[in-house]
Amino acid sequence: MKFRVERDVLADAVTWTARTLPSRPPSPVLAGVRLEADGTGLVLSTFDYEVSARSAVVADVEVPGAVLVSGRLLAEISKALPNKPVEVSVEGNRVSVVCGSSRFTLLTMPVEDYPSLPELPDVTGSIAGDSFAQAISQVTMAAGRDETLPLLTGVRVEIDGDALTMLATDRYRLAMRQITWSPAAPSVSRVALVRARTLSDVARNLSNAGSIDIALADGGDIIGFEAGGRRTTSLLVDGEYPPVRRLFPDETTTHTITSTHELVEAAKRVSLVAERNTPIRLSFSEGQVVLDAGQGDDAQATEVLESTLVGEEISTAFNPQYLLDGLSALNTDFVRLSFTHPSKPAVMTGQDDADGADHAEEFRYLLMPIRFGA
Amino acid sequence: MSRAPRSAGARRDWGSDDSQTPILHVDMDAFFASVELLSRPELRGRPVIVGGRRRGVVLAATYEARASGVHSAMPMTRARVLCPQAIVIAPDHNRYREMSRGVMRILGDITPVIEPLSIDEAFLDVSGARRRLGSPAVIAGRLRTRIAEELGLPASVGIASTKFVAKLASSHAKPDGMLLVPRDATVAFLHSLPVGALWGVGERTEATLARLAIRTVADLAHTPPDTLRAALGDSGGRRLLDLAWGRDPRAVEPVRREKSIGHEQTFAENLRDRADLAAVLLDQAHRCAARLRSGGLFAAGVAIKVRGADFTTLTRSRSLEAPTDVAHDLYQVARELLAGVAVPPGGVRLLGLRCESLSEAASTAVQVRLDDSGPERRDAELAMDQIRRRYGRSSLTAGSLLPVPTTENARGDLSC
Repeated sequence: MKFRVERDVLADAVTWTARTLPSRPPSPVLAGVRLEADGTGLVLSTFDYEVSARSAVVADVEVPGAVLVSGRLLAEISKALPNKPVEVSVEGNRVSVVCGSSRFTLLTMPVEDYPSLPELPDVTGSIAGDSFAQAISQVTMAAGRDETLPLLTGVRVEIDGDALTMLATDRYRLAMRQITWSPAAPSVSRVALVRARTLSDVARNLSNAGSIDIALADGGDIIGFEAGGRRTTSLLVDGEYPPVRRLFPDETTTHTITSTHELVEAAKRVSLVAERNTPIRLSFSEGQVVLDAGQGDDAQATEVLESTLVGEEISTAFNPQYLLDGLSALNTDFVRLSFTHPSKPAVMTGQDDADGADHAEEFRYLLMPIRFGA
Repeated sequence: MSRAPRSAGARRDWGSDDSQTPILHVDMDAFFASVELLSRPELRGRPVIVGGRRRGVVLAATYEARASGVHSAMPMTRARVLCPQAIVIAPDHNRYREMSRGVMRILGDITPVIEPLSIDEAFLDVSGARRRLGSPAVIAGRLRTRIAEELGLPASVGIASTKFVAKLASSHAKPDGMLLVPRDATVAFLHSLPVGALWGVGERTEATLARLAIRTVADLAHTPPDTLRAALGDSGGRRLLDLAWGRDPRAVEPVRREKSIGHEQTFAENLRDRADLAAVLLDQAHRCAARLRSGGLFAAGVAIKVRGADFTTLTRSRSLEAPTDVAHDLYQVARELLAGVAVPPGGVRLLGLRCESLSEAASTAVQVRLDDSGPERRDAELAMDQIRRRYGRSSLTAGSLLPVPTTENARGDLSC
């Protein structure tokens, strides 16, 4: 095997393909990246039985062939090379990487022992990369991080025609985002539980290539994403996701409208005195909201903001980080908080004007309050 | 029950100036025995001992039994020899705790500056209550009246300018009395006592001092400091000398907070069956939770203690997802901890459950879960508390803790 490739192209492709490689693989070949050169160019791939990555790039192939080398090492080498064409060739059980006056020799691993990558299911539809990335960031922040509750580390993805809905919860808050996409068939319907980190990775690494294809077989156990010559698949999370959608209250009795930016800034300031596990209190009354944190002998902070109240006065308390996560996910000038009772979850939605309607159908964030003792 | 030496012939009147004696030491008289007499008035006037019937030690004795030489912490066998006619009653600690709470509540009405020393004694600093309730001697009298009228129990009160002297005064006021030691009489009072009355002077120190011909506090007070230092060490010598002259700078510390609440049980026969062990933990979780609730506390951690037949002891602990005072939550974690421990080859000799990282319930922030089942479980356990308070501990228990006939599925699910 022998090929020539641009240094930046190689470095980008190897870095992305090798990004999920384990530092202590269960078997040595799983630390490798597979390079395959043929008439169409160079294909790099990795697979650890959970996540697969495949990247196709343009290369000037002299001798076709396939080889397996250490992914981590090749990634580090290619990033460190000078910005000149790179020539890669195989001699016996060694790979030589030559770039300008630099020359590296790497040992190969038995490529025939490498597992074959899972087949990508048929493409279910496609979605604009930037808006998909934004939608992903709006829900993944609410997903669980506790690996002992694997179900909650996933994001429930529901596809119904041209509507794609994502839900995530860590049992303390729940984020739900609906986005329009382009299904391959107009009446397609799919449900899957996708690891939050798989989606975050897609948002980070595939979203700047314009449109992303999503491949999800009905009843399959993997999901695939493809954009700009890169393709990744991931095992779905196994199990029945709890019926969380019904946690949103059917109707609320009180709602408040506040400037998102002002509330974020004030909440950040006031929560400086909120020690671990202590809440920030919000008291809404006619025309204003009072934020305060800290109690007793501890440091205390308070701030008053303009706010519109529709309904009864209400006072409640939240984990400051959970509150800020929701506010930061909104992307609208105003935030609407809707309540039924101070001890019941509050619904956060965004709206463009102080006196307009909210975009509840697009994004909803359900936030459980903190209560005090008995 | 205090064993501090008191001199029988000591003066019982040291003056009436209580303007500089804000410290009260309240000590219940033969507390456990007095509580038992409430439900068995026919035993009044007779020697009664509270303690284990077969083995164990004397926990409390009425003054009639003490007249025969019985005192607390004495082995029961010895007590029976000294006072064969005594009626022995097995202790009922729940009842004592309940009565103790009653006493502490009455003390709490006087001042929040209370330092409970044990289940049946406490220090009070009544400086702040003077204007509202009168002088320390008046307050002490009222306290004794209220405890007698509301609880039917005798209490002795010592009134002095320091904690140490107040405690000595209460022991000289017993039974069922009060003694004021005015500040100006402190030294005279102390100097009338044997040296064993001083805090920290036990049998060994007493013997050491006796070799120096120091038998009374007065002797000690007039011993050159260097002699004491040579005999008792630097700090020990100085401390005793301070006490002998009535110098005791320690304030009444109201926050002697419980650091943990636990229950443990040694089994008559070692347990091997995990279901049996789990049932014990469930029972202990209920006991701990009831104590948390009555103390207005939340626990943020749970630990279990498992002792094998060979006395090898393991402890395992974990933080709770959220602070709680609900037995169900404590038990869930305890059961998981138990699952991580192998049952020792000879079975389990002792099993214990302990609640840790306690905090005041009222000021503890709890992040509620979206799928929280709501207050139902807690409400159910609160209802259990009330029923038990009224009808006794055995009136109500978790279904899975009922003794059941040994049929298939007898144990059922323990997820109560």
